[in-house]
Amino acid sequence: MSDPESHRLTRDDVAHVASLALLELTEAELDEFAGQLSAVLEHAKDIDALDVGDVAPTHHPYPLHNVFRPDVVTSADVREQALAMAPEAEDGQFRVPPALGEEP
Amino acid sequence: MTTTETKTPISPVSSTMLDAWTTESDVEREPSNLPDGWEMVIGLEVHAELATDTKMFSPAKNHFGGEPNTNVHPVCLGLPGTLPVVNEKAVELSIKLGLALNCTVQRCIFARKNYFYPDMPKDYQISQYDLPLNAEGWLEVPSGHRVRVERAHMEEDTGKSTHVGESGRIHDAGYSLVDYNRAGVPLLEIVSHPDIRGPEEAKAYVGELQAILIATDVSDGKFEEGSLRVDANVSVRAAGSDELRTRCEIKNVNSLRSLGRAIQYEAQRHVDLYNAGDKPVQETRHWDEEGGRTRPGRSKEQAEDYRYFADPDLVPVDPSPEWIEEIRATIPVLPRERRIALRDAGGEAEPAAIAVERGLDGLALAAIGAGAEPGRTLTHVVNNLAVDGAESLDPAHFAELVTMETGGDLTATQAKQILGEMVESGRSPSDLAAEHGFEAMDSSELETMLDQIIAEHPDEWARFCEGEKKLQGMFTGQIMKATKGQADGKAIAQLLGKKSSS
Repeated sequence: MSDPESHRLTRDDVAHVASLALLELTEAELDEFAGQLSAVLEHAKDIDALDVGDVAPTHHPYPLHNVFRPDVVTSADVREQALAMAPEAEDGQFRVPPALGEEP
Repeated sequence: MTTTETKTPISPVSSTMLDAWTTESDVEREPSNLPDGWEMVIGLEVHAELATDTKMFSPAKNHFGGEPNTNVHPVCLGLPGTLPVVNEKAVELSIKLGLALNCTVQRCIFARKNYFYPDMPKDYQISQYDLPLNAEGWLEVPSGHRVRVERAHMEEDTGKSTHVGESGRIHDAGYSLVDYNRAGVPLLEIVSHPDIRGPEEAKAYVGELQAILIATDVSDGKFEEGSLRVDANVSVRAAGSDELRTRCEIKNVNSLRSLGRAIQYEAQRHVDLYNAGDKPVQETRHWDEEGGRTRPGRSKEQAEDYRYFADPDLVPVDPSPEWIEEIRATIPVLPRERRIALRDAGGEAEPAAIAVERGLDGLALAAIGAGAEPGRTLTHVVNNLAVDGAESLDPAHFAELVTMETGGDLTATQAKQILGEMVESGRSPSDLAAEHGFEAMDSSELETMLDQIIAEHPDEWARFCEGEKKLQGMFTGQIMKATKGQADGKAIAQLLGKKSSS
């Protein structure tokens, strides 16, 4: 991984994250994004100059919590509509490329 | 998921049930099932589907066994532009289970766990990571051993994919069919600390958790419908040490029996590897029920790297102390407290646990309360009441029966027979005893009979008095014959002892 002090991302870091996200990047893009993403991290690093020890982490920009919905079924059966949008369907199910092996 | 790094309880609500950590010197632990010098270290991750009407984040029906894709909603399908909204009932049930497991219920957030698999159409699962709803509790198994619970967090279930092989073989290309009925069903993942030392203890932990889930109506706890699923983290170490060696996570365990077998197999595999100068590698393995062994999963090039981050679509859940107390008030008396109540009433630990498991502890307690002797009461519950209808037995009648037996008015055999008839007919034991002509032998009556038998067998009696103990059976048999089996064996033995030594 990159040096945590510098917040510089290496090309390897970018390639690793890209592979996790199933993105294919060219050599030129790896260089380009390593630079751009590092700049973003450098910018975020400005906060290090402040003492935020007493500030609770902000998990959401809105000062809201406990936004709930009652446990009541209001959904109609949308199967035919949903399957019609799918590239392939069979027997009321979505047909997809083979999903073998274990779930990640 | 056991990779929690930090837990920062914000506005923690302390549980009144959070007892001090007990010393376990008097708890009998399962003996090691491994070769000398080794012990197992087991931690369990249990997934329980919540008994809600709708899904975790959408108003689609939460229902097992429907036609494929009939219980889906645009949110379950991860369609662009849809937004999840938290099901209040799912949070309530999660808090309820957290309290039942003596956890701290705290402010929490949802996180995205990112990976690609067709049964999860958003390409991330909404779960909880560094701030789970329930943190650090414990569960006590019937032996009295406490297993610490690290966390119990909310998440959503995935859909189901079925592979369709083109040639009917499983490892050919073919294709898969996906049913999203299960996608988004609310789940609780309950993660224990590695405090479990053997297969029996693991089964006891899951059995107790299942009993609590059912008693609290948090989940139906059905293994066979996938409402309850268990992954086991297994490693071994030198007995008595506190090191934690490389563990393997076993998946695909579908019953309590499989859980025990899988753990035993896996731990022995680790011991064999160490003994051969090798060592296990950290990996996910699958239990193969037919083969009776675990097999490595497909190796992952990238170690688990789910890039968790706070889900921006969902705001924090911050249950108020008032809400938590309201939920706490709905928790019924739990199996552990019921076992304790029976033990406090004079019952032994093991039969008390069985009585609670069978749901007959209320009956036993009421009978003991009505004056029945606790030991005899529980013996009947364990040996003679594993039958339909036992739960509707009248406690007063049950108490009367036990008292007739302990008072010597009925023999053990007669009591058992009458008990069976009580369950079937609902009649009182005194009625039934009278009908059968079961009446206690007066001890003088017995003595008269014995005197007569001695007169008929003077030689045998002399030998018996000189110490030929095997003749006791002959005399007992004679008396039983004379009384048509109605004499009490204990009373005969006492009488024989008294008479032969006088």
